[in-house]
Amino acid sequence: MPTVTMTVNGRQVSGEVEPRTLLVEFLREGLGLTGTHVGCDTSQCGCCVVHVDGKSVKSCTMLAVQADGAEVTTIEGLAADGQLHPLQQAFHENHGLQCGFCTPGMIMSSLELLQRNPDPTEAEVREWLEGNLCRCTGYHNIVKSILAAAAAMRGTAQAAE
Amino acid sequence: MAEKGIGAAVPRKEDHRFVTGHGRYTDDINLPNQTHAVFVRSPHAHARITRIDKESALAVPGVIAVFTGADAQADGLGSLICGWMVRSRDGSDMKAAPHPVLAVDRVRYVGDPVAVVIAETLQQARDGAEALEVEYEELPAVTSVDRAHDGPLVHDDVPNNLIYDWELGDAAAVDAAFAKAARVVTQEHVQNRLVPNALEPRAAIGSYDAGSEEFTLYLTSQNPHVHRLVMSAFVAVAPEHKLRVVAPDVGGGFGSKIFIYNEECVVTWASRKIGGRPVKWREERSEAFLCDCHGRDHVTKAELALDAEGNFLALRVTTKANLGAYMSTFSSAVPTYLYATLLAGQYRTPAIYANVRAYYTNTTPVDAYRGAGRPEASFLLETLIDKAAREMGIDRAEIRRRNFIPKDAFPYQTPVALTYDTGDYEATLDRALELADYKGFPARKAEAERRGKLRGIGISCYIEACGIAPSQVAISLGAGVGLWESARIRCTHTGKVQVLTGAHSHGQGHETTFSQLVAEKLGVPYEDVEVIHGDTASTPIGMGTYGSRSLAVGGEAIMRACDKIIAKGAKIAAHLLEASEADIEFEAGVFRVKGTDKQKTIQEVIFTAYVPASYPEGVEPGMDESAFFDPPNFTYPAGTYVCEVEVDPETGTVSIETFVAVDDFGRVINPMVVEGQVHGGLAQGIGQALLEGAVYDDSGQLLTGSYMDYCMPRADDLPSFEVHTSPGTPTATNSMGVKGCGEAGAIGAPAAVINALTDAIGQRVEMPATPERVWRAIRTSSMPQAAE
Repeated sequence: MPTVTMTVNGRQVSGEVEPRTLLVEFLREGLGLTGTHVGCDTSQCGCCVVHVDGKSVKSCTMLAVQADGAEVTTIEGLAADGQLHPLQQAFHENHGLQCGFCTPGMIMSSLELLQRNPDPTEAEVREWLEGNLCRCTGYHNIVKSILAAAAAMRGTAQAAE
Repeated sequence: MAEKGIGAAVPRKEDHRFVTGHGRYTDDINLPNQTHAVFVRSPHAHARITRIDKESALAVPGVIAVFTGADAQADGLGSLICGWMVRSRDGSDMKAAPHPVLAVDRVRYVGDPVAVVIAETLQQARDGAEALEVEYEELPAVTSVDRAHDGPLVHDDVPNNLIYDWELGDAAAVDAAFAKAARVVTQEHVQNRLVPNALEPRAAIGSYDAGSEEFTLYLTSQNPHVHRLVMSAFVAVAPEHKLRVVAPDVGGGFGSKIFIYNEECVVTWASRKIGGRPVKWREERSEAFLCDCHGRDHVTKAELALDAEGNFLALRVTTKANLGAYMSTFSSAVPTYLYATLLAGQYRTPAIYANVRAYYTNTTPVDAYRGAGRPEASFLLETLIDKAAREMGIDRAEIRRRNFIPKDAFPYQTPVALTYDTGDYEATLDRALELADYKGFPARKAEAERRGKLRGIGISCYIEACGIAPSQVAISLGAGVGLWESARIRCTHTGKVQVLTGAHSHGQGHETTFSQLVAEKLGVPYEDVEVIHGDTASTPIGMGTYGSRSLAVGGEAIMRACDKIIAKGAKIAAHLLEASEADIEFEAGVFRVKGTDKQKTIQEVIFTAYVPASYPEGVEPGMDESAFFDPPNFTYPAGTYVCEVEVDPETGTVSIETFVAVDDFGRVINPMVVEGQVHGGLAQGIGQALLEGAVYDDSGQLLTGSYMDYCMPRADDLPSFEVHTSPGTPTATNSMGVKGCGEAGAIGAPAAVINALTDAIGQRVEMPATPERVWRAIRTSSMPQAAE
């Protein structure tokens, strides 16, 4: 079986995997990082979104061997030094989650949106979320959370200037 | 109000673990030495199983065991049940056919489980399942409820596939009213079949401990105690006291995780068969489409009799309901007691009669899905009333207003068995029309026309019966269980409070809402309250979460357990303060001798209960009280939804421009959580109206079997909602005055959307009103087209 080595949430890890092992399976079963969820089998739901080399990726559409040597960030790696990321904080404050199952994917996906576009409109947020399904919230508070996080992150960025 | 007490929009306690990836769902759990199960399912809608060659799968590396229906039968496993007896109008019992946990000889829908393959790894189990040779002899299938009566028999001993032919109401009174009516408005419509699609797929891990002879089942369940009851009493997997069911974090339910399914029974049983190693199963999304119970699926004819002024005289309804290949846990009750009893809506229609025939077909079983019967009733009434208004030239708000049950008429006895508690339907209608700027609509329509768009506005005034249910009423109507709820309040030495509830949270935020209740009631800090749910080993026996009952029934049990804590605390405080118990008053966490400053905090009293240095005679030590609550009635949330749509006549695309919801839920504990519940319900209701529909071909293959084919609402399909909870009319059914909010959106939204669309294009389109259907309707509409 091939061995893969990658950096996950800042920590170098390696493991033996079958060639057919998906990245999400490696993260969940191999590393015990169960915050990344599996909600479908057609790469539609977005529950499994993680960042690979800074880009949001559905980890159910990628083989673990394809991530060999990559830098992977999962939901578990987002909070720094016990401080919630502004997106995590905003989802909490704006009731952007109910059952919580889609939440890690929603947060990891919208993280890339805000990296690309720090000041998105509501329509841009809704369009970006096309690859993420939620059955609980009707998206209303998810959109609100992402807009609130964007504002908070812009505020922090300005303060730093 | 305490800072984080009743009425405060407190952000949820449970969020932290979910936003950081530390939720613990069933699939996140791995037990030592566990094995993996994959189910082999029927590829045919209807067939005889002629041969299963276990050796083909057992030869695959890693495969430990293969079990079939014959094995389960040989071990004495019983049938899955439908727990609500509905009788036909001739008095006969419903025809509940056997439902084996693994198919025996016959398969009856695509996805019917035929065998389970258990292996060391999931991949090996998949390989084994693929290798298993099963031979079938195909039989003709019936999928549509319209063809069920004369179709091939799904169960040989159920003639015409007819499960029951049930009625409610006074047929003679309805006939008499129709005979003198100035106007009769008729509508035939389809309630589209929906797939619940909670984002977390179902999962189960069964494990047997040979030492204690105990079974443990980790499961995606909305009601772990009900699972335990049915799995022991009917399926005979294990004695009830030897079965522990744990529903940890559960990723949405919407009804689909109420039911007792084949797979959880099989993995629990199989663990013992293979010597006690745990057996883990998680469904694929494609399996969820095939095997999680679907919702709705009715064909209905409805007739409304009116006088010349538009007053409703009578309603006559005939419905055919598709219950799928087997009767699921509560399926019989959905198109009957949860449907026809709601046909009075918000109106004083004096005579109502409904006839419901339920059929077997070769499709996935159908059971309760968010709203369960009430969306079907609400859609029927609200679209039919719109049709009446259009035909009679009466404003659609006005015809409703004319027929509302007046606010001074409560409690109000409807002609279909229910007694409404409280309501003020004009107030919610007025507020919704004002927020939606109903008066300003013609100007917006004209402006849209200038842009070549068709604009419409729709009103829906829904009602629902929540807080299921008064046990004696439910049992007299056929329920096999009582529907009370339980709670235990366990205080600790240090004054912390653990709330053990029989309800289950799978997104509803009970940990927060129940903490708010207890913090306010006992006057303890919100942070000192811990809510524990979902484990039959630790929580009191309870009936679980569905029917918007957790707060109205489970919350009240919590309040009553708190009352017992306070009552006991008063005895202890009286002793400590050397006063008479009658002189002790309790407020905001403090026991005080009336009219003095002599007082003890609840924490001091709790400490004394555990360290009784000086203690009243005859009082037991400890501070740990339980309560069961059986409500005297349902609660009746109601409200008005107003939807405005714009249609592109070139493409048939419907865009929701605004959606206003005004709900009367009685008293609201956490407005942020309540609004979130409404948002989610609205999305599902809008999904039903415009996007979602399960489609079978004539051979019984599910054509909409994945997210590629079944259109789930996405963020850009929906608008931001304007949701308001009105000051409301608190119910007297529980001490908090709460009514329940979990299903309202899904109940009221479909009619609001469809009425808006009908207003825009001039005719009603069946749900889901896809662009193709809308486009075709526009082509045949007699309405003038918007300027091209």
